[in-house]
Amino acid sequence: MKQYDVAVIGAGVVGAMICRELSRFEVRTVLLERMDDVCMGASRANSSIVHAGFDCEPGTLKARLNVRGSELMERVADELGVPYVRNTSLVVGFSDEDKPKLEYLLDKGIRNGVRGLKLVTSDEARALEPGLSEEVRWALLAPTGAVICPYELTIAAVGNAMDNGVELRTGFEVRTIGKEGDLYTVSSGEDALQAKYVINCAGVYADAVAAMAGAGDFTITPRRGEYMLMDKECGKAVRATVFRTPTAMGKGILVTRTVDGNLLMGPTAENIGDKEDTSTTAQGLEKVFEQARRVLPAVSMRQVITSFAGLRAVGPTGDFIINQPKEGFINCAGIESPGLSSAPAIAEYVLEMLGQSGLALAEKDRYSPRRRPFNWFRNLTPEEKDEVIRKDPAYGRMVCRCEGITEGEIRDALTQNPRPRDLDGVKRRTRAGMGRCQGGFCSPVVIELLAGELGIPYECVTKSGKGSYLMTGRTKGGRRS
Amino acid sequence: MSLKTLKTDLAIIGGGPAGMSAAVAAYDAGVRNLLILERDGALGGILQQCIHNGFGLHRFGEELSGPEYAHRYEEMVRQRNIPFKLNTMVLDLTQDRRITATNSEDGVFYVDAGAVILAMGCRERPRGALNTPGTRPAGIYTAGTAQKLVNVKGCMPGRDVVILGSGDIGLIMARRMTLEGARVHAVCELMPYSGGLARNIEQCLHDFDIPLYLSTTVVGIKGRERLESVQIASVDENRRPIPSTIREIPCDTLLLSVGLIPENELTKSAGVPLDRTTQGAVVDQDRMTRVPGIFSCGNVLHVHDLVDYVSDEAAVAGRAAAAYLSGLEPGKEEIEIVPDGLVRYTVPQRLTRREQTRIFFRVGGIYRNVRIVVRDGEREIYSAKKLKVAPGEMESITLSKDVMRTLSGGRLEIGLEETP
Ligand SMILES: Cc1cc2nc3c(=O)[nH]c(=O)nc-3n(C[C@H](O)[C@H](O)[C@H](O)COP(=O)(O)OP(=O)(O)OC[C@H]3O[C@@H](n4cnc5c(N)ncnc54)[C@H](O)[C@@H]3O)c2cc1C
Repeated sequence: MKQYDVAVIGAGVVGAMICRELSRFEVRTVLLERMDDVCMGASRANSSIVHAGFDCEPGTLKARLNVRGSELMERVADELGVPYVRNTSLVVGFSDEDKPKLEYLLDKGIRNGVRGLKLVTSDEARALEPGLSEEVRWALLAPTGAVICPYELTIAAVGNAMDNGVELRTGFEVRTIGKEGDLYTVSSGEDALQAKYVINCAGVYADAVAAMAGAGDFTITPRRGEYMLMDKECGKAVRATVFRTPTAMGKGILVTRTVDGNLLMGPTAENIGDKEDTSTTAQGLEKVFEQARRVLPAVSMRQVITSFAGLRAVGPTGDFIINQPKEGFINCAGIESPGLSSAPAIAEYVLEMLGQSGLALAEKDRYSPRRRPFNWFRNLTPEEKDEVIRKDPAYGRMVCRCEGITEGEIRDALTQNPRPRDLDGVKRRTRAGMGRCQGGFCSPVVIELLAGELGIPYECVTKSGKGSYLMTGRTKGGRRS
Repeated sequence: MSLKTLKTDLAIIGGGPAGMSAAVAAYDAGVRNLLILERDGALGGILQQCIHNGFGLHRFGEELSGPEYAHRYEEMVRQRNIPFKLNTMVLDLTQDRRITATNSEDGVFYVDAGAVILAMGCRERPRGALNTPGTRPAGIYTAGTAQKLVNVKGCMPGRDVVILGSGDIGLIMARRMTLEGARVHAVCELMPYSGGLARNIEQCLHDFDIPLYLSTTVVGIKGRERLESVQIASVDENRRPIPSTIREIPCDTLLLSVGLIPENELTKSAGVPLDRTTQGAVVDQDRMTRVPGIFSCGNVLHVHDLVDYVSDEAAVAGRAAAAYLSGLEPGKEEIEIVPDGLVRYTVPQRLTRREQTRIFFRVGGIYRNVRIVVRDGEREIYSAKKLKVAPGEMESITLSKDVMRTLSGGRLEIGLEETP
């Protein structure tokens, strides 16, 4: 059985960031993921906001890690080449009754150490965001609020960790965890390995994984959030992230520009029983639209390009559960919002815990925090692009016309850690298929590139992991010679 | 380092049937310095994957397949030695007709053109745009993507099929999938009538006993990895699903034929005003947009049901571009054509000269025993009886030069009226 110093369970943003931190040191690390690709849980489908940190309860781990994470994120994004935009956040109130609620938020934010918070009038808010509804009376402005691409961040963090020596095993669903002496044995049934430390970053399944190790008897409830993504044309309607004044029911539906310039609206909040159920519902989508329109009256249903849902991993305490109930076994559980924002700080915190429990953290001679980004080509000037095409003609062949993604960029993603194995994997890495035609034109070409890279027949390429076959075979005359 | 800049009299963006026909017509009208830019690896556009027949009846008087029809035009392009660049994607177009494009051989380059003809075609509306709730499994394709997989890649997207939308591509694919051994369980159409050609309903559905459910839509999608079933329901007059009618159809494939959207991103970047209904440019009788020297034709202008009409329209644009390049002054009149709502839109939307003009239009519903009426203020200047008009079939009328001469100017109203 192969032995490691640390086994990290779950390749979401939390597991990814922890692995990246660990990869700085002479530590043998393995990242275990049950799905066929990384970033298939909450880290893939969320609001993509790097929260400033004003709405967490002062004194909680959430508050501390959120504010610290928001400080770290810009640098992390830069090192990993992930799009990040500090677009400011606005919490808007529709009546004078909302004003004390906003003042309360302001006060919490100040106590949490959030910088630059300010309460502004409707005129000031609309001067910043002309698209805002006339109904808006007050707004809390948070200049440190930002947006990021959550899946690019997660994928890039895993890739960077792998480039620095971390091993990734996908399709490895942890089923049992045993301990002999000071070594944990982690097994999927088919495969097993040993590690001195185990870090549980299993998202909605963190309760099950903790239970396997006898390391906690909490439950994690999936709480679904549904979204609608709008065409880039309406991305211009707003620059900031606009929240409603929170109610007892939570933060409510927000509207934000994404780093790619689309408009994102959502999420709903609904506790459900099934930890796999990321389906959208008619009622949910209707609610998203109604509420978003109250903030930005100009949005129109005609501009929806897709809808999706994500599951928050809601723990019992309202705070993140980051503890070490057993020697060498660390839980990162209940990492609901603002888990994305906090992830770099969670990694810092977990490394401190590991150091304190005796893991030797000797820095590697050769470590690079930087990774060649996915999106380097699309950010070049026309002259620079021209030069790249002269060296590699694949960058002159357009594959995804809606997003402007070339064959060169797709080939680049196909050979970079962590390698994509299916259509959605390529989409998350390159944006090919994310535009207004949703892959109608480019997927036949992307399938071909994937088939070539994976060395499999065209009709065997999948959409998103095992079972998601795209084709059922060849046509009558379509046998390959 | 500066980018390569080509100069041409006429640049044609898109090498489908519209682009080729426009190029041929412009050449025949005397333009010698012209260039077609096409993003695909071959000329022909969407026709390349339309291997069924039914093309060319009007234009060539015979029934051709899509590739055959495209081939005829490609031959005309080649005979005239009209240059074209394949695998070339146009990235930007400015109001003063500078094109930015990219391909493997030329890198990123500019084309400065005396006139530009837009012929980029259209794309299909994807699932996301319908906002159908449910899961997001494999097995959901637009009909055109499925057509490409079957006809070009030789692959079957699935075995048990439901089709949403009765547009022509959906109807054609119902037959195509059946011929390949798949079972097509239903074609569902939200509207109380089909948006496809009557002949396609006959030949693609009735001949194969494929049920067409009108006023019916897909309200739910199930299946985690691969599609397992869809829920369909009847809709009321306001197109809201009626819950008591929901039923589930097991299937592994859902094909969407729910509308085509003209691809006007470049048109917008050049600042060309669009028609809200067609989602294409506002044009005059020459198919010139409101930006002088920029013309538009084919499916990028409005969605056609027959390629023959696309070729005709593109030839109008090609000849007009040649006239424009030879220095002929654009017309000075400004006559707006206003549809009454029963007529949804017209192309052209405006007239700038008083000459014989053919006006194409589509209606918003099925109407029987109607008169098509054109009025100049109170005065009826044209009328024609029709037994039936339908949204799936494009209509046209021709206003003679004599009628055009009598116009008081300003504004023409076109509509449907009951026959007395
Ligand atoms: C609707 C919604 C909106 C949100 N909005 C924001 C926001 O705007 N800003 C913000 O900061 N945060 C936001 N969050 C929270 C944020 O998305 C999460 O906190 C974060 O993504 C959690 O990351 P994770 O790595 O803990 O979990 P996940 O991303 O869920 O990763 C867990 C991984 O563990 C794997 N796994 C599970 N069990 C096993 C097993 N037995 N063996 C192997 N692998 C296993 C899973 O497959 C998965 O890949 C939002 C969350 C949701 C759902």
